[in-house]
Amino acid sequence: MRHIIAVLLENEAGALSRVVGLFSQRNFNIETLTVAPTEDPTLSRLTVTTSGSDRVIEQITKQLNKLIEVVKLVDLTEGEHIEREMMLIKLKATGQHRDEVKRTVDIFRGQIVDVTSSIYTVQLIGDQGKLDAFINAIGEAYVLETVRTGVSGIARGDKVLSL
Amino acid sequence: MEMLSGAEMVIRSLQDQKIEYIYGYPGGSVLHIYDALAQQEQIKHILVRHEQAATHMADAYARASGKPGVVLVTSGPGATNAVTGIATAFMDSIPMVVLCGQVPSTLIGEDAFQETDMMGVSRPVVKHNFAVKHPSEIPGLIKKAFYIASSGRPGPVVIDIPKDMTTPTDKFEYHYPESVSMRSYSPATRGHSGQIKKAVELLLSARRPMIIVGGGTIGGRASAEATELARTLNYPVTTTLMGLGGFPASDPLWLGWPGMHGTYEANTALHNSDLILSIGARFDDRVTNATEKFCPTAKIIHIDIDPSSISKTIAADVPIVGPAKSVLIEMLALLAKTDRVPDAEALSEWWSQIDQWRQRHGGRYELNDNGLLKPQQVIEALYKVTKGDAYICSDVGQHQMFAAQYYKFDKPNRWINSGGLGTMGFGFPAAMGVKLHYPDAEVVCVTGEGSFQMNLQEFSTCSQYDIPVKIVCLNNQSLGMVRQWQDMNYDSRHSQSYVKSLPDFHKLTDAYGHKAITVKTEAELIPALEEAFALKDELVFLDIHIDPTEHVYPMLVPKASMRDMWLSKTERT
Ligand SMILES: Cc1ncc(C[n+]2csc(CCOP(=O)(O)OP(=O)(O)O)c2C)c(N)n1
Ligand SMILES: [Mg+2]
Repeated sequence: MRHIIAVLLENEAGALSRVVGLFSQRNFNIETLTVAPTEDPTLSRLTVTTSGSDRVIEQITKQLNKLIEVVKLVDLTEGEHIEREMMLIKLKATGQHRDEVKRTVDIFRGQIVDVTSSIYTVQLIGDQGKLDAFINAIGEAYVLETVRTGVSGIARGDKVLSL
Repeated sequence: MEMLSGAEMVIRSLQDQKIEYIYGYPGGSVLHIYDALAQQEQIKHILVRHEQAATHMADAYARASGKPGVVLVTSGPGATNAVTGIATAFMDSIPMVVLCGQVPSTLIGEDAFQETDMMGVSRPVVKHNFAVKHPSEIPGLIKKAFYIASSGRPGPVVIDIPKDMTTPTDKFEYHYPESVSMRSYSPATRGHSGQIKKAVELLLSARRPMIIVGGGTIGGRASAEATELARTLNYPVTTTLMGLGGFPASDPLWLGWPGMHGTYEANTALHNSDLILSIGARFDDRVTNATEKFCPTAKIIHIDIDPSSISKTIAADVPIVGPAKSVLIEMLALLAKTDRVPDAEALSEWWSQIDQWRQRHGGRYELNDNGLLKPQQVIEALYKVTKGDAYICSDVGQHQMFAAQYYKFDKPNRWINSGGLGTMGFGFPAAMGVKLHYPDAEVVCVTGEGSFQMNLQEFSTCSQYDIPVKIVCLNNQSLGMVRQWQDMNYDSRHSQSYVKSLPDFHKLTDAYGHKAITVKTEAELIPALEEAFALKDELVFLDIHIDPTEHVYPMLVPKASMRDMWLSKTERT
């Protein structure tokens, strides 16, 4: 099963390499990884999506917790949560197809953020499934380039991940 | 406030940490530190002949004393030479602090002379590592390093020190912190009392119980408590290779050790048990054999300070995260309070079953009629001559297994071996590290002619510092353990396992100014050992020629369960 693990990490040189190293060293897989400083400049927040059996996921969280620079972590998929990913995508947009692309972008509530006579550059935010669905709807033949940020996640309701 | 250079801070911090010995080797990037070292007397430095030996000395000191060992090496090759020793300590959860020089911070990343990214190289084999960014950080980082290395599940910590952090003329305020607190690191100080209660209930309702005492029992200084618990309940005990001595081998409750070369009775009893209490053992593959066939009827109570060791390979029914000692003290308190006792009839049936299993193999081996000594004989003689009270520091191979099987340890911290990494070359420097700190104790390196040659240069260090260890070399003229596998799995094709052109160990020992004794027959064995141990102040190398065809048994049949064993070359369970 797919899991989204959110980690608060000391914002120190080398801390990220320990996390990434751990995954390869122990043969865990990483699907996406995002990291940025938080409002507290001494902490970074990292979101990793991974998949594996319950036993593997248990090991991943335990091994992450064991890293000295990991301050706290939560497996968001254990509860209600919100997940978002942003994609910038360059699409061929010529002739009659140009309107079709625009309509699809609207349906997915994306925004066209740059235009040339033959290209739309689109920004789209959603969960992984929505971004995948958009690419499917557009048709891969029209996709020139994509860049995705990877998943960020946060728990719903009162739960907060903080010190 | 006192003003010190970074180099002086390194040495002063070690003094304030009450460090007596450091082991190391100088080089360009640590010259400032060595200069500060030369200007004081409190800390003694042991100059090894290869950095790997420095790490094993520090490691073995830690294994014997429970206190972290300290290593000082230069950047680049000095640091990479230390990596094997760091990894050895990491695998066996041994506290150690390794100070590595580094090129000046202004040159890092430019492939400077003797630059190695030691933070990157060591990362997978350390508990943690630090790079010094400013000289004033040095005391705090050293304090943290000792704290991390020796608390929770112990392990090695590396500090990478760029040369410009130690410049003698750059002085900063020195202050050695009294204590450390880290928001991101707080190892458990006691187990969950609900879980402990559950564990005691399970223990009391067991009909075929087994207790596994692991390395964590020794590291956690919980041998006395584990022993008391087993004796209170009258339950059988097996100690893992890392846990030898954690429960006295002379106690009738002891069944030997489990796993690949464990005893028939320990392995069979585990397989048939209905409850296993594991105290600081991590169910690694050399113990469990095929995990899906592991002890099918057993429920498992698993005490470990490291949560990630629990349910990693074998799922625990009652996990208890905490230090073995405090958890066992709580268990003993609960047992003292309860009126419940284990089912006496079931237990006596279990014991009579176990006693039958004990008859089946019982550590027997066959003597040679061709006059060649058997390795088992040698270890038994060693046990006799040292009255079972020596520190046995082993290398890796068949001799290691024989030493572990035939030397019976009654005390913890006496059996010192590289269990997790299996590092050939560990034994000799390990013995040196122990002897240095326990000059009055008998300290023996049990080795093979293969392993010994991986760190024999330390003969020279022993001359320099008068370290009179005794070396018992089980010379089978082959990489015996490799040869055994080739006999069993590769139709006896001895690919590269025969060590041709062995040195004349007698002359070699002589060249370094030590004493050698060659033993070829049974009649020579005991007198040679007695002579060696009578020479209190001399290093003695015993070159003991043994039967090269001997195999280690019992041996678990690969990919099978714990009860599937070879008991000799021809007998299988
Ligand atoms: C550094 C290292 N290299 C290789 C091995 C693999 N290995 C394990 S035991 C062994 C043979 C050891 O030979 P020796 O020291 O003579 O001991 P014996 O088995 O003959 O008693 C080897 C090569 C190892 N454990 N460590
Ligand atoms: Mg050999």
